[in-house]
Amino acid sequence: MKAWLPTALRAMLLLLLNAFLLFPESFEPLFKSLVQPNAPAIYNQGSLLNLTLLHLKIVFFATLIAAIIAVLLAILVTRPFGSEFLPLSRSLVNIGQTFPPVAVLALAVPAVGFGEKPTLIALFLYGLLPIFENTLTALTNLPRSVVEAARGSGMTGFQRLLQIELPLSLPVIVGGIRLSVVISLSTATIGSTVAAKTLGEVIIAGLQSNNLAFILQGGLIVGALAVLIYDGLSAVEAVLARRAGVR
Amino acid sequence: MRIQLDKLGIVIALLAAYGTLGASFAVSKPNRIVQGQAKSILDALPSWAAWALLVLLFAAAVVALLRTSAWAKLIAAAAALLALALAMGLTGHFLTPAGNTYARVSPASGFWILLFAFALLAADAITRLKPPPWMRVLFLILAGAGVGGLLFSGSWDGLSIMKEYAGRADVFWVEAGKHVTLALGSLLAAVAVGLPLGILCHRVEPLRASVLNALNIIQTIPSIALFGILIAPLGWIAATVPGAAALGIRGIGAAPAFVALFLYSLLPVVANTVIGLSGVPKDAVDAARGIGMTNRQRLFKIEFPLALPVILTGIRIVLVQNIGLATIAALIGGGGFGVFVFQGIGQTAMDLVLLGAVPTVALSFAAAVILDALIELNSRAVNGARSG
Repeated sequence: MKAWLPTALRAMLLLLLNAFLLFPESFEPLFKSLVQPNAPAIYNQGSLLNLTLLHLKIVFFATLIAAIIAVLLAILVTRPFGSEFLPLSRSLVNIGQTFPPVAVLALAVPAVGFGEKPTLIALFLYGLLPIFENTLTALTNLPRSVVEAARGSGMTGFQRLLQIELPLSLPVIVGGIRLSVVISLSTATIGSTVAAKTLGEVIIAGLQSNNLAFILQGGLIVGALAVLIYDGLSAVEAVLARRAGVR
Repeated sequence: MRIQLDKLGIVIALLAAYGTLGASFAVSKPNRIVQGQAKSILDALPSWAAWALLVLLFAAAVVALLRTSAWAKLIAAAAALLALALAMGLTGHFLTPAGNTYARVSPASGFWILLFAFALLAADAITRLKPPPWMRVLFLILAGAGVGGLLFSGSWDGLSIMKEYAGRADVFWVEAGKHVTLALGSLLAAVAVGLPLGILCHRVEPLRASVLNALNIIQTIPSIALFGILIAPLGWIAATVPGAAALGIRGIGAAPAFVALFLYSLLPVVANTVIGLSGVPKDAVDAARGIGMTNRQRLFKIEFPLALPVILTGIRIVLVQNIGLATIAALIGGGGFGVFVFQGIGQTAMDLVLLGAVPTVALSFAAAVILDALIELNSRAVNGARSG
């Protein structure tokens, strides 16, 4: 009986999120008590649905590019050709994670100007690290017997990569993407301080007009998206792990 | 004999070549916010200095290209970085017309690319040297002393970022104090609450999943929203609880920022305490029980020291994360380096943004290096105790 409970909760969260995005006005009584009598209780400076889609779009593209580049880089440094870069790349990941997202965002502005671009760059750079780190860990910790067996059966390096190493590493890579997406969803809200159209607009509008309802709406939508995507990717990871026979 | 080239050296040499020939070294602007004029190294420096810099950068790139020892590479990288820093300072004085207080000189893309290229060389050399923890801290102190010396000597005073600083020197240190207080204070509070909570979660199995899940959910709330959401309850506390306002608890300002950072810090501390304690070898605990140690003695003398490296890792995550997140406190009036970042963004004055962003990055970098050294020292002690 207990097994279906988390799934049911998530389904409810998804339904609630969709209902709120499609018919925000119907939730007005819930938020009414949080604001001053004559202030708007539901975000009214644009469509919440639209902002949510833009938010997801920017996170999706940043993560997609980050995943492609990070996996390619990790493959490169684990081949004999790129092995000289392996120790450095580990330190770079370590150093890179000490850069605060706000600083990355702010420093991207002089290079590319305001708007979506600096946000995309910050999300991309920040999303790169977890994916690269996980891919590297996966590729360097493959069971030696399997790799040796593949080599023994006469597979070329390329075949080994595509048929053995990547499929076995896939669950861990997806784990990295999951971490990256959750960080990006939250960081994208800060993008609104440099004029990117994301859910951060709702929160900042709330901060500026002292409207708690706006802040809550922006924050809760991002939080719900993060929980749902995190769980969704965890499920994908579990399926992939089962298929790879790792766990 | 065939000369063997270093592959990373090729990347560094290409970057350095582009930074020198393909991109501009500095930007000179008549005032703070207008578009500037790009200058190459030869235009931005007196010719003796420009040629000296070019020769030195070339020599450093050659050292990077050849398969030399890591020490040689580190020294070449340090020399190149120092030369770049000094040259940038000289550019500031050289390009600013005498007596003109509006003109601004800032580093341009070429300078940043060169800086990145040689920082990469230094990072690679240090990684290859595999220095012991104390030496890494020594490197950090040396780098800090170098930057401090440059700042103190006034070499960079002609640069735009230092002009932004000169106009805000008092405010800068006040905000710096607030930033550090926010980041460290919330860390201390999180350790004070998180450690006992982690120990409790370790001992009481049923509690573990629910506490960790709740803390996990807090992490998914975006930072700006959490800061904003806390304004309401803290404002309410300030208005209703007598004496709260006198303690500095207010709806906006540092209080909600402090609470938000504290909440974000709890998960890594609690989770790592639980992981660290559950990683303590069972025989060690049994042996301690066998010689008649009490519950408390076991915890403080056996379990806790053995779990310390993992707990410290959690603290490192929290400290680095807090230093970064404290910049966002500026959005709700909490102060910190974020004040300059967001003011700069608002005024499209990028040098002001740098004035906030550069110290933040330096601070979190230093925190990471020091805590990494501490973690390594502790895990060595633990491993030594285990094998001994």
